[in-house]
Amino acid sequence: MLRKTRIILAAIFYIAITALFLDFTGTLHAWLGWMAKIQFLPALLALNTGVVVLLVLLTLLFGRVYCSVICPLGVMQDIFAWFGKKVKKNRYSYSPEKKWLRYIVLALFIVSLLVGTGILAHLIAPYSAYGRIANNLLAPIYQWGNNGLAYLAERAESYAFYETEVWIRSTTTFAIAIASIIIIGILAWRGGRTWCNTICPVGTVLGFVSRFSWLKPVIDTTKCNGCGLCARNCKAACINSKEHSIDYSRCVACMDCIESCKKGAISYDHRPRKASSNEESSSVDTSRRTFLTTTAVVAATTAIKAQEKKVDGGLAVIEDKIAPERQTHLVPPGSLSARNFAQHCTACQLCVSACPNGVLSPSTKLDRLMQPEMSYDRGYCRPECTKCSDVCPTGAIRPITREQKSSTQVGHAVFIMKNCVSITDGVNCGNCARHCPTGAIQMVNSEEGNRRSPRIPAINIERCIGCGACENLCPARPFSAIYVEGHERHKEI
Amino acid sequence: MDRRDFLKIVGISTATGAASLCGCKSKNESGVAGGELGPIPTDKMTYRSFPTLGDDKVSILGYGCMRWPTIPNPEGRGEIIDQDAVNELVDYAIEHGVNYFDTSPVYVQGWSEKSTGIALKRHPRESYYVATKLSNFSNPTFENSLAMYRHSFEELQVDYIDYYLLHSVGNGNTLRQRYIDNGMMDFLMEERKAGRIRRLGFSFHGSKGGFDEMLSYHDQYHWDFVQIQMNYVDWNGSDAKYLYETLAEKKIPVVIMEPLLGGRLSKLPDHVVGRLKQRKPESSAASWAFRFAGSPDMILTVLSGMTYMEHLQDNLRTYSPLVPLSEEERVFLYETGELIKQYPTIPCNDCKYCMPCPYGLDIPAILVHYNKCVNEGNIPKSQQDENYREARRAFLVGYDRSVPKLRQANHCIGCNKCSHHCPQRINIPRELRRIDEYVEKLKQETL
Repeated sequence: MLRKTRIILAAIFYIAITALFLDFTGTLHAWLGWMAKIQFLPALLALNTGVVVLLVLLTLLFGRVYCSVICPLGVMQDIFAWFGKKVKKNRYSYSPEKKWLRYIVLALFIVSLLVGTGILAHLIAPYSAYGRIANNLLAPIYQWGNNGLAYLAERAESYAFYETEVWIRSTTTFAIAIASIIIIGILAWRGGRTWCNTICPVGTVLGFVSRFSWLKPVIDTTKCNGCGLCARNCKAACINSKEHSIDYSRCVACMDCIESCKKGAISYDHRPRKASSNEESSSVDTSRRTFLTTTAVVAATTAIKAQEKKVDGGLAVIEDKIAPERQTHLVPPGSLSARNFAQHCTACQLCVSACPNGVLSPSTKLDRLMQPEMSYDRGYCRPECTKCSDVCPTGAIRPITREQKSSTQVGHAVFIMKNCVSITDGVNCGNCARHCPTGAIQMVNSEEGNRRSPRIPAINIERCIGCGACENLCPARPFSAIYVEGHERHKEI
Repeated sequence: MDRRDFLKIVGISTATGAASLCGCKSKNESGVAGGELGPIPTDKMTYRSFPTLGDDKVSILGYGCMRWPTIPNPEGRGEIIDQDAVNELVDYAIEHGVNYFDTSPVYVQGWSEKSTGIALKRHPRESYYVATKLSNFSNPTFENSLAMYRHSFEELQVDYIDYYLLHSVGNGNTLRQRYIDNGMMDFLMEERKAGRIRRLGFSFHGSKGGFDEMLSYHDQYHWDFVQIQMNYVDWNGSDAKYLYETLAEKKIPVVIMEPLLGGRLSKLPDHVVGRLKQRKPESSAASWAFRFAGSPDMILTVLSGMTYMEHLQDNLRTYSPLVPLSEEERVFLYETGELIKQYPTIPCNDCKYCMPCPYGLDIPAILVHYNKCVNEGNIPKSQQDENYREARRAFLVGYDRSVPKLRQANHCIGCNKCSHHCPQRINIPRELRRIDEYVEKLKQETL
């Protein structure tokens, strides 16, 4: 019963959080956004003390149920482990706690967060790791499915589904996502929660607390016959059946041991139980499916190549834009400053999943690896959109209204005269000025007093908010004649 | 649902109906192929002949070869003509009495003549008339024009051309620049004398003044025929009435192009379709436009760029034989035209002369999408509109479907290289800018 409850709750959380990453329409977030916000590390970084206190209390009461239910990476490992157990039953065994490894990793993790270059932190933080996997590996599959439906909807003249573009935002992050799922997957397959009990910093922190949890699995030594079945089914490898002891710092309260014990010797209780009167407890024979073909896990090997739509013969070929080298990188409105963003962002990729304009993609720069940054080669930061600030669980991108956004300067436009089509092609353009939402660009003659000279944009930096409409819609290719430089600290104009 | 889909459904349902009735006696006769109207006759086509055109007997339905079906190029980029489909369409058309095929060296990105030639070559030369044009828009030198003329013979695999046209004249000095000053006109007159051109005429796009000027050369060049645009929507408001009446007075046979305005007269607002259907439930909306174009006496043939078999079949039915419009029906159509004109569609016929846009836009696709939304009532005027949510979604989702993002109106820089190619004289940059601003309002919800 306890185990079933755990599984049902875990499934609900897992599916909902995954859906949050897959949903590109921005509708689910209003309902499920809180599930990202109650993740431990994002809550900690957002200084969301309420959530942190709540999670600590939860752990004090029930043990590490967080790891079994709320953490999507934990549940993902349980899925891998389930397949592993299908192949080989009773595959686990007790192993002593690797204290030095846990503490060293935790220490490194904290240092990494404090120093500000959070690569290590982003690599091993459970929510970030799962976000990376969901965004890079699951989302494309979901989007292809959606595009299939969109294709059918189009045939049926329905507007229920619309096509979305599937593309790899960063090959580095994509590669890391593949590496993450392979490493964590294999560890889970073979040893259950090895990752959670050696590497995961959240696991280590919650482990401190769960030692003192009120409710926990306890072994009734009078009933126990020392068969060791519990230990061989403990994915946390924390039951020492010989000594009838359980390492509660590693126990994730999955309740598997309770169900696996044929003598009913283990119960979820707040103290070691004394001898029970009822010797003949109903020993439930766990349903055993002897054989099942091992189905393929998520097929992540598919060659994913961002495919552009086909072009008709009668259309001019459009060269892809290349993003310029920006001196200062761009972070979304609401992040306050590059530093605030770097300090709070866990690189979970939720905003990258949510961005409908193709603006956000994970950085490949080492000092902020996988943290999202903005680029305008595929789209620009549209005035009506505040999706990234809506979804961010860590406070890296603070909630912002449309009005605030339209007056928040995240960067400023820079003109590169030699790329401008009015100079190179001798045509009248002004597309940047026409699309500037703040009216920061006016067109002026390139030669003073010569009304026939080519007209070029004159940018009033004070009015520019750095949204990138000009850069994205500039006809010059592959390099735009106008591009946006980021600002270290954002300001209101 | 557009005309094509409707016909498909009708076709399928009648076909299955026919199959199910096979073997048992039909009671209500509605299950025969072709529905209540029966099969398409092969020997009822209306033909037109004129003393000035000798023995020529031209089918009132002419095949416009500007919109041949295409398929994705198996070698990668772009599209190519689906020759099998073209052969099938041409065979079917000839079998049902069509004998006039109108092409040009520039149609379907320059592949139309060759494709048409291949399809026609499979029929006896005397069983069809072929029309093509001197489309020397970009380079009107004598050498280039001559090369284009000779090339047409090669592509069409013929040793004479039945109907030869000066392509799109009447605007400004086009005749002088493209045909007289370079000596082509004298050359073409000689060719007509030699029999390599049987009839010489021109296709007209321009103003009344330009038209008068063209006809002032009639004594000198003797135009055998003239091709104009004519439909019931523009009849009273535009020059079409003047053009036709002037030609009729001079006894010059008239070829009608764009009788459907590139499909705009079959893709109509629902209540207009309802109005037409109420009058003649079995006839398509398009058939009215074709009957209007074919009814006047001086019409030689009415061209239709039929991409789909269903279009061809529908038109064959309309013209086998042509039932001329009654005076009362004529008035009814003018009234219908007034209703249609209330819809602010952009007069784009999807001819693609404006393409390719140097900045990669898909101009006709943008305009066609806009018109579709106009006709379907998906252009909300404000957020207070009853169907604002659905209309907004239909417009924006449909926009992304019809036009790839990089080819949408917001990429128009206004270089205006397109406008002077437009036979409908649309101010394309202005329209694109208007659509772009509208899209922005929809996206930002500031309508």
